[in-house]
Amino acid sequence: MREWAEYSLEEREGRVTVSLTGPLTVSGIGRLDPALRGLDDAVQAVDIAGATHIDTVGAWIVHRFAEDKGAEITGASEAAQVLIHAVAQSASRAPITPPRGYVFGRVTESVGRKVFEMAGGIRRYIGFLGAIVVTFFGIIRHPSRFRVRALVRQMEMVGVNALPIIGLMSFLIGIVIAQQGAVQLQQFGAEAFTVNLVGRITLRELGVLMTAIMVAGRSGSAFAAQLGTMKLTEEVDAMRTIGVSPMEALIIPRILAAVLMMPLLGFYASVVAIIGGAVIGDAMLGIPFLTFLARVQEVVPTQDFWVGMIKAPVFGLIIALSGCYQGLQVRGNAEEVGSRTTMAVVQAIFLVIVLDAFFAVFFSSIGWI
Amino acid sequence: MSEHATDLDGPDLEWDCYCSEHPIVIRGLTNRFGDFAVHEDLDLDVRRGEILGVVGGSGTGKSVLMRSIIGLQFPDEGCITVFGKDITGAEPDEQIGVRNRWGVLFQGGALFSTLTVAENVQVPLKQYYPELSQKLLNEISRYKTVLTGLPEDACSKYPSELSGGMKKRAGLARALALDPELLFLDEPTAGLDPIGAAKFDELLRELTDTLGLTVFLITHDLDTLYAICDRIAVLADKKVVAVGTIPELLATDHPWIQEYFNGPRSRAAAQTHEAGKALDKQAAEGS
Repeated sequence: MREWAEYSLEEREGRVTVSLTGPLTVSGIGRLDPALRGLDDAVQAVDIAGATHIDTVGAWIVHRFAEDKGAEITGASEAAQVLIHAVAQSASRAPITPPRGYVFGRVTESVGRKVFEMAGGIRRYIGFLGAIVVTFFGIIRHPSRFRVRALVRQMEMVGVNALPIIGLMSFLIGIVIAQQGAVQLQQFGAEAFTVNLVGRITLRELGVLMTAIMVAGRSGSAFAAQLGTMKLTEEVDAMRTIGVSPMEALIIPRILAAVLMMPLLGFYASVVAIIGGAVIGDAMLGIPFLTFLARVQEVVPTQDFWVGMIKAPVFGLIIALSGCYQGLQVRGNAEEVGSRTTMAVVQAIFLVIVLDAFFAVFFSSIGWI
Repeated sequence: MSEHATDLDGPDLEWDCYCSEHPIVIRGLTNRFGDFAVHEDLDLDVRRGEILGVVGGSGTGKSVLMRSIIGLQFPDEGCITVFGKDITGAEPDEQIGVRNRWGVLFQGGALFSTLTVAENVQVPLKQYYPELSQKLLNEISRYKTVLTGLPEDACSKYPSELSGGMKKRAGLARALALDPELLFLDEPTAGLDPIGAAKFDELLRELTDTLGLTVFLITHDLDTLYAICDRIAVLADKKVVAVGTIPELLATDHPWIQEYFNGPRSRAAAQTHEAGKALDKQAAEGS
């Protein structure tokens, strides 16, 4: 059972005295504090002789009340006096959160800030790309500075470790396209064209696009979080002081890994999706599995393969660039790592889809239909 | 006392009495990481109202010992009693009764980075005493912040805006938020400048005396050991090899203790301490 501190008001020797009794501790003053705040009478003395315990919170309340009323504190034990003196010395009226402006001012300010940041962000982003190109050519001139092991490690994380999930995803996408396509094409007796649909759309568009989205979610976020954490723990600064360029040691291996692995993953995803389509073709349309695969070779022009393979490394570059750039922008606290990681993924997926649209227009206009 | 380690269930007045004088009682503690044992059959008692300094070489498991006592590290064997409650076998709910009676200062301060210093101090208060009004919480967090030696404008600052020493003080303010009886400090003066460290020591001694705290203090700071610790526990060979005041420790012949307290740094700290005492004496006689 919790005990609560209480107060009583009385007149002693012509002075209005508030007597506090019970535990004047953090666990006991929950009810006393609002009661004392609500007390309007003039008080000349505060008697705490009846207090069973006192800690700094109790001492604070006694001190604050006495000071507000201009009252004298009586009956304080030696320990209580020390505590009251200590908290009185530490009294402060400082704000507990940083000052905030009015809503209207705040909103306009944050919008303006965002616009300026966006402009600066685009410049920094392009600057970052430039720095990567410069470092890259520097490495070509001095190949000994190239970190093969870091590259292989990143290729493993970006590429090899992604194989199961990308395989599963592509297989299901192949099944869905074939099944849904077949249902529609059956209406005018053209279900044989399901092969064209699956073969062309996966090699040309979906294989690479879905892989890019998966890689952005897996590796783009990992890049941002890893680099952001390294930035927070001053690892990046430590590298610089030792003379290791973070660009060479951290950024280039990640960018190269993404650029090299994206075409391989994209092609792999397309092949698995076609296999998924073939499974449905065998089960639903009566097209034998091997016939489906052979037919893909006949109906899909080689340029579809090239369309996918040209887009893939560009997507890889965009993803790695966003991840690394956002990671290196981390400053301050752990929350920033999270928000920068989110930004990296959103930015990467958005840019990938925008570029994909540009590529679609471009390839149509040069006649690769 | 060791027979009590296995039988804590039944009412045992002698044991209860012992626990009321010793907020922390550790018996037969063993901690292993894989095959590597950090502690083996470790015993330690902390007396009420004392500042117990815990020293030991790097990797002797000082921090692991602290984490075991506060329930962050589940020991492989042994039992740890805090305020008479066996916390190794306690359910999470049961431990709550103990948790609001201790405060912990982690090595790096471990402040919540998305809250200001004052809001950090309010977190334990809000957790355990939801009936306190926001006004009172603000007042408490302000005076606690200033009490630990921070300037008052530090209240509204975020941890990322503070220096290392200020983070420690803010961490101490949060550890003291509930006016705990027991305080765990993990290297509080490490990384502070000597003036800041001396002030921190002074503050700690003052708080301990006024609030009647019991302090479990992990430190490498010899000045701290000489200046404020009542007793010192030495961790070596996976055990607490000795507990006592510095003269008592010097009387033992454990090689690590001898090396530690007879090294050049320790002698310098001892001289400073003696000189300081002599000055105090002069001042007292003079007045």
